[in-house]
Formats: sequence, C-alpha cells, structure tokens
Amino acid sequence: MFGAGGGTSSYREIEETDLVLLWGSNARETHPIFFHHVLKGLHRGGRLVTVDPRRTSSAQWADLWLGLDVGSDIAVANAVGREIIAAGLANQEFIAEATTGFEAYRAAVEPCTLAWAEAQSGVPAEAIRELAHAYATAPRAMLCWTLGITEHHNAVDNVLSLINLALLCGHVGRFGSGINPLRGQNNVQGGGDMGALPDRLPGFQHVENAPLRARFDAAWGVAVPPERGWHLTGMFEAMDRGELRGLYVLGENPAQSEADQHRTIRLLEGLEHLVVQDLFLTRTAELADVVLPAAAGWCESDGTVTNSERRVQRVRRAVPPPGAARDDLEIVFEIARRLGADWGAPDPEAVWDELRRVSPAHAGMSYARLEELGGIQWPCWDDQHPGELFLHSRLWERPVVGPRAGFHPCTHEPPIEALDAEYPLRLTTGRRLSEYNTGVQSGAYANPLRRRETLDISPEDAARLGVGEGEVVRVSSRRGAVDVPIHLDDALRPGLTFMTFHFPDDVATNLITIDATDPKAGTAEFKAAAIRVDRLSP
Amino acid sequence: MSADHDDGADRVWFEPPPRSVRLPMAPPTPAPATITLEIDGREVQVADGSSLLDACASIGVETPTLCFLKTLTPVNACRVCVVELEGSRTLVPSCARKAEAGMKVHTDSPRVRLSRKLVLELLGSSVDLSQAPDVARWMARYDAHPERFGADAATVAQPVKDDNDLYVRDYARCILCYKCVEACGTDAQNTFAIAVAGRGFDARVATEADVPLPASACVYCGNCIGVCPTNALVFKSEHVMRGKGTWAPERQTTTDTICSYCGVGCTLTLHAQDGRIVKVTSPLDASVTEGNLCIKGRFGFDFVDDEPAGDG
Repeated sequence: MFGAGGGTSSYREIEETDLVLLWGSNARETHPIFFHHVLKGLHRGGRLVTVDPRRTSSAQWADLWLGLDVGSDIAVANAVGREIIAAGLANQEFIAEATTGFEAYRAAVEPCTLAWAEAQSGVPAEAIRELAHAYATAPRAMLCWTLGITEHHNAVDNVLSLINLALLCGHVGRFGSGINPLRGQNNVQGGGDMGALPDRLPGFQHVENAPLRARFDAAWGVAVPPERGWHLTGMFEAMDRGELRGLYVLGENPAQSEADQHRTIRLLEGLEHLVVQDLFLTRTAELADVVLPAAAGWCESDGTVTNSERRVQRVRRAVPPPGAARDDLEIVFEIARRLGADWGAPDPEAVWDELRRVSPAHAGMSYARLEELGGIQWPCWDDQHPGELFLHSRLWERPVVGPRAGFHPCTHEPPIEALDAEYPLRLTTGRRLSEYNTGVQSGAYANPLRRRETLDISPEDAARLGVGEGEVVRVSSRRGAVDVPIHLDDALRPGLTFMTFHFPDDVATNLITIDATDPKAGTAEFKAAAIRVDRLSP
Repeated sequence: MSADHDDGADRVWFEPPPRSVRLPMAPPTPAPATITLEIDGREVQVADGSSLLDACASIGVETPTLCFLKTLTPVNACRVCVVELEGSRTLVPSCARKAEAGMKVHTDSPRVRLSRKLVLELLGSSVDLSQAPDVARWMARYDAHPERFGADAATVAQPVKDDNDLYVRDYARCILCYKCVEACGTDAQNTFAIAVAGRGFDARVATEADVPLPASACVYCGNCIGVCPTNALVFKSEHVMRGKGTWAPERQTTTDTICSYCGVGCTLTLHAQDGRIVKVTSPLDASVTEGNLCIKGRFGFDFVDDEPAGDG
C-alpha cells in the first residue's frame, strides 16, 4: 500500500477496531485463526460487515451482508464513496492534508448513485447506504479483502476502489484503522518481500530504480538485469509467442492451478526444457524433463516466512526429509555450483543475514531477535527497532512526511463473460475450510469434513433445472465441460453457482474457468465464468 | 485519471516508502494501580485486576489448577485452586477471584489443604487421571488417597468414543472442567459443537442430541484437545500408538515452526517421534494463535509422510 507491499495492520487491531469490513473474503473458512481475532472484536462490541456474492459462514457472523453480483465490487465501492461524500461524512482534514486526486475521484464517483449501484450489483440501495455510513462514522475501521477482490480481470482497480474508501475516511495509518489483503499462502507475503516478483529485488525494492539496483550490484559483485521480468500470466503469454522456452518451477502446480487448463498444459508441453522442484510428482512435474525432489520448507528445513500482518517468523526443521529429497536451499546452491558459482555450504541464517544487509526494512531482524520476540513485523530498521504495529502513520504527521496518498478513480466494468441465454449461470470459485488449493497438501490427511467436488447451486436454480442433491450434471463453459454432482446451498442466490478447485483429479474445475487476466497484476478471473448446467439423463 | 496523476502513483511504487518519524503505537492505556495484599503472611504487590492466582504465582507459590487456562474465561468448575480469604465464609477460587488491596490470603492452611485433598480424592476416585500431568504430584502433596472411597466408588468409566479419523474422546478421563466447551464456544472457536448435558453425577460433555462427532457441528479444529488437562481428548495418532505401546514421549522432540497452509502464520509445535510428526499443538503465548489452530494446521500434516501417523 502506498509503496509498501503489505497489509497495513496487525491482528491485534482487528480485535480493537469498531468495524471490520470484510470484502470478497470468507475468512471464517479460508483464514480461520484470523477470524478468531475478528470474533474477539465482535464479542467486545465491534461490528462486522461482509460484502460477498455468497452468504458465507463469515457473512453469518455479520451485522450486515451485502450480497452483490460477482464482479460488481467497483460499482458498490464507488457508490459507497459517493454516499460518504454526499452525506458530508468524508474526512476533509485528512483528504486535504494527506491525499492527492480527490477532485478527480469525486467527479468519477458522482454518477454512481445508490440506485445506479443497486441496478449494477443487485444490492439494495439502502444496504449500500448503511455500509457507507457505518464505515465513515466508525471511529476505527478495518478493510480486509481476499481473492474475491483480486481474482478478477480488473483486480488492481478493485483494490484501488477499496483503498479510495479508506482515504476518504482517513481509515489508514492509525491504530485500529487499516487496509489489509489477507494472504492465501503461508509465505506469499514473504516471497514478494524477498523479491520473488518480476519487478522487485529483495526488500520490495524496484529493480528499475537505478540507485537501489546499484546497491545490489555492489553487494553481489554482478550487474543485476535492469528491467523487470514477466509475471506468471506474462510467462504463459511469452510461451505462447515462443519467447519463453525453458521454465524452472519451484513448489507450484500451474498445470492444475491456472485458469483454462487445456491451454496451460499445451504451453507447458511445448517448452524445450521444464524443471520442477517439488515435494510431489504433481501434474506439472509429470510434464517435466527434470524433477528435483524437495524437502518440505515448513518442517524439514530452516528459514523464515512472513504472514499477513508482516510478521517475519522462523520455520524450523522438525523431521528429516524422506529419501533423496533435499532442502530447496541445498538444491539451488548445488545448481549454482554446477553453473560455476561456488557459494559454499548452504546456511539459512547466513542467507538471511545477507538479505538483512540489502533490505533496510529487514535489517534489525536477526535470527536471535526473531526467536526472542516471537517474530517481528517489518519494517525493522535496526537491532533496537521493535518492528511496526501498523504502516503509514506518516500520513497523520502535519505536514505529511513523504508523498501523499493518491486517490485512483476506477470505473465499474462487469466481468468479461456476460451471462446470456447459452451460458446463463455465474460460476465463482473458492476454498473450503478443510481443503487447500489443488489438494496436493490437503488431500493426504484423513478428513472427516471432506466431501468431494460439487457444483453448489441455489435451491431455486436446482428446482428450475429439475436437478436434486447428488445428481451428476454436466457443467459447460465456452472453454470446456466437467461432470460433477449437484449440492444445494442456500447461501447462494439464484443465478450464482460455486465450485472449489481442490479435487482437480476428479473434477478439473479450471477446464471451465476463464483466463481473462488483469493487465496490471496478471491475476486471472477465477471468480467469474459463465456456465450452463445440463442433466446427463433427462 | 490524469497523466500526471499516473506518474505520481508510479513514483510511489518506485521509491522505497518513507520511514515513520515516530513508532506507530496503540493508544496508551493508563497503567493499572498497584495494590498490596498479604499472602501467607508475605506482603505482595500486584497490578489492580490481577487474580489471586496471579498474585500467588508472582511470589512463587504454586497453585494446583485443572479447569483454569490463561486463555480461557475462568468457570470455577474444579475448585482445586481454592485459597482461604480472611473475612470470607467460604474458600474462594484463586483463578477467578480478583486481588483486592488489604486482602489476607492463606494458601496452605488446614482448610485449604483439606479442601484440595478432597477435590483430588473425589476426582481421583471417579475419573482416570493417569494421563493428567502434575496430578500425581499434587496428590502426594495433599496426601490424597482416592482409594479410601472403596473399590465400589462410582466412576465415569465408559468406552472410548472413537467415531472419526482425527481424535478420540475418552470420557473415562473427563473431569468436566468445561475447558473444551469454552474453547469450542466464545473463548476461541465459536462453533458451539459441544456443551455439558445431564445433571449431577450424570453430567457429561456431549454434542447436540449426543450425536457422533461426524453428525455434529464439529469442524475438527482440535482446539478442545489443546486445552484438555487430562488427555480425555486426544489425537487419534496418539491414541493408536498408546494402544500399541509405541507412544514414547521420552523419544519425542518438539519444534516450533509456522503452518504451511494459509497466510495467517500460525505457530505450530510439531511433536515428532522417530523422525515422524505424531501430534501438533500451538503455544498459548503465540500472539497469532493463542494456542488455537484450524483443522488443516492441527491435522493436515500427513502429506510430508508416506504413511499416516498412528500406523507406526
């Protein structure tokens, strides 16, 4: 946010805020222990508002649930912004002192009346108004989101439309007020922080910023390539163009996790050389020329991961890796050695200390301090610094320290695939409590909650289609078709259906999802495909 | 969006964010007043709001507890922590009673010793406490002899409830401390799958309508296992290994690490025996978890092993 790639707040603040606005997130199931902190806040008198097409198990705890149509988030967010301005509830002092671009934002949201947003989103105007007033008048308010916001063709605009609301009310940079993406993997935050992004060096430092890059050139004694690379979606596009011909995949299963699976597998098969480093012989690994068996990072090796509150924490080896599996670090060091660079013996703490030398925000996080303090939240500038509970307090200094935060007007664009007579139902996807992603990890344990893949559908649609619980139907999109049993779910409104992608060997959900992607972030529109449902035996 | 606005946004992402000029902090809360009381003739100073249990611990007086846990709301169920408070007709539970200025407390008086002894004897005569850590030591300290109630004393002995793949409920070990009910309820999980059913000696922890766990509201977070003081609630892997005689705590290591699933960052304590994970807990003082986990964090570790724990 505003130059720092991480959520602004701490879990503790979730307990002590007045309002939690959970937008496009079913944290009760996907981030269960985060939701414990939300529940603590509710028991202390805080309120919860959820915005989600489904009446999820999180929404069941909410004081107010806005069941919007998939992909209408910006319409609702802009109407909330307009209502806050129109009702005189915007934080004029904060806007004047700490932000830029307000007038352009005001002009952009002016047409977004409550009635217009109701027509776009299906959410009653009165509910949107209630959200606007609740958020703007709460002394402290937290805005949290997950993939319901980011797995769309306009992911970046979705996020910016929410950040605009925080700027409008001054709900950022203060204790109990912040904006937070809840991270989906145990180190997706840390991976980005370490530079595993196409435009970033370790410490989230921009690779095209010459003075920053020069420090890495000096530290490493090499010339770091000065231009950004491709993100995942860009890599597949480059494969399609024949520009990318070799791929080294560490701990990902794109053959099953990417949208439009037929295309993904065709492109992976077309590579000249594919190396996969993983715990398992995944579907992606089956396509590889070389498979490097890896140790499990969280229990068979040492290192750090970073969570959704920017807390860097130690992972430690508890058990030895099986067979010939080796630590990721060991494998990378060995590849380097064979390429002619002898980095010595792999030592996780030494690698971390090197990171601390090149990333100022991690400089004070020695292993000893991480141990002593139970993890540290970045930034942590030196050996005395305790880490920061929340980010951007500088926006409340007068005058503001550093650049102001900019409003970014966003325009509502419906999902790429409109519903029509041929594909009249909306399919959205997500996780369930006891499963995880493509099931590579979660498929192994005996799980009493496990039910296999289903097409979850509203009772109204089921009745209209004449299908009942458990009946196997054919679900088709413009890209493919799968056969899957029906599950009636009254959390779904008519017209909306839901599937997971946890059981790709049984039901390859990503055969039917759409690979339309956001031009800025490259995220795929997993949340909005148009489908039809046909009975197999009329 | 104007062109110069775009440039501004890019610049923000291009440069490292400015440092805070002062440390972001929670609003200050007034420090609680210090109060003075007397415990066993010693003057003790504690922060206002402390319990008598805290006050005892602050001067190194060890108090037995069974139903108390620092992350749960005291329910005053077991009464093994009682102390004598001058001016109070009855003994008071130290876990729940707040310290007040001028209190005079006795933790080892004859009344306290007799009461703790009797509580331990009543529990010991009716419940299997063999896997409750510390209880044997407390029995010795208070000269408790549960056997004096005779071999025909009523017990809660009953078959183990083994109705799912993740954990078993051995209610022959249940002292009705309510911790599991609290952890399943508002103190942590808020799932409300269990409650105490029945009255008097027949009271027991049960699911709704006493249905088997798979038919109940249980989401298998195992946070009840995490708080159980007597091993009445136990990992299936531990139960199976104990049955086979292969459960060997002396060969086990514990290692703290971070869960491999979502991005919340829960601390897991991995209990490993002979190079395999056999149980997962979380430290009560981990700020992220306060000891609580979800089904994946607590049970979803089999993927690192060839064969499920418990077969070993």
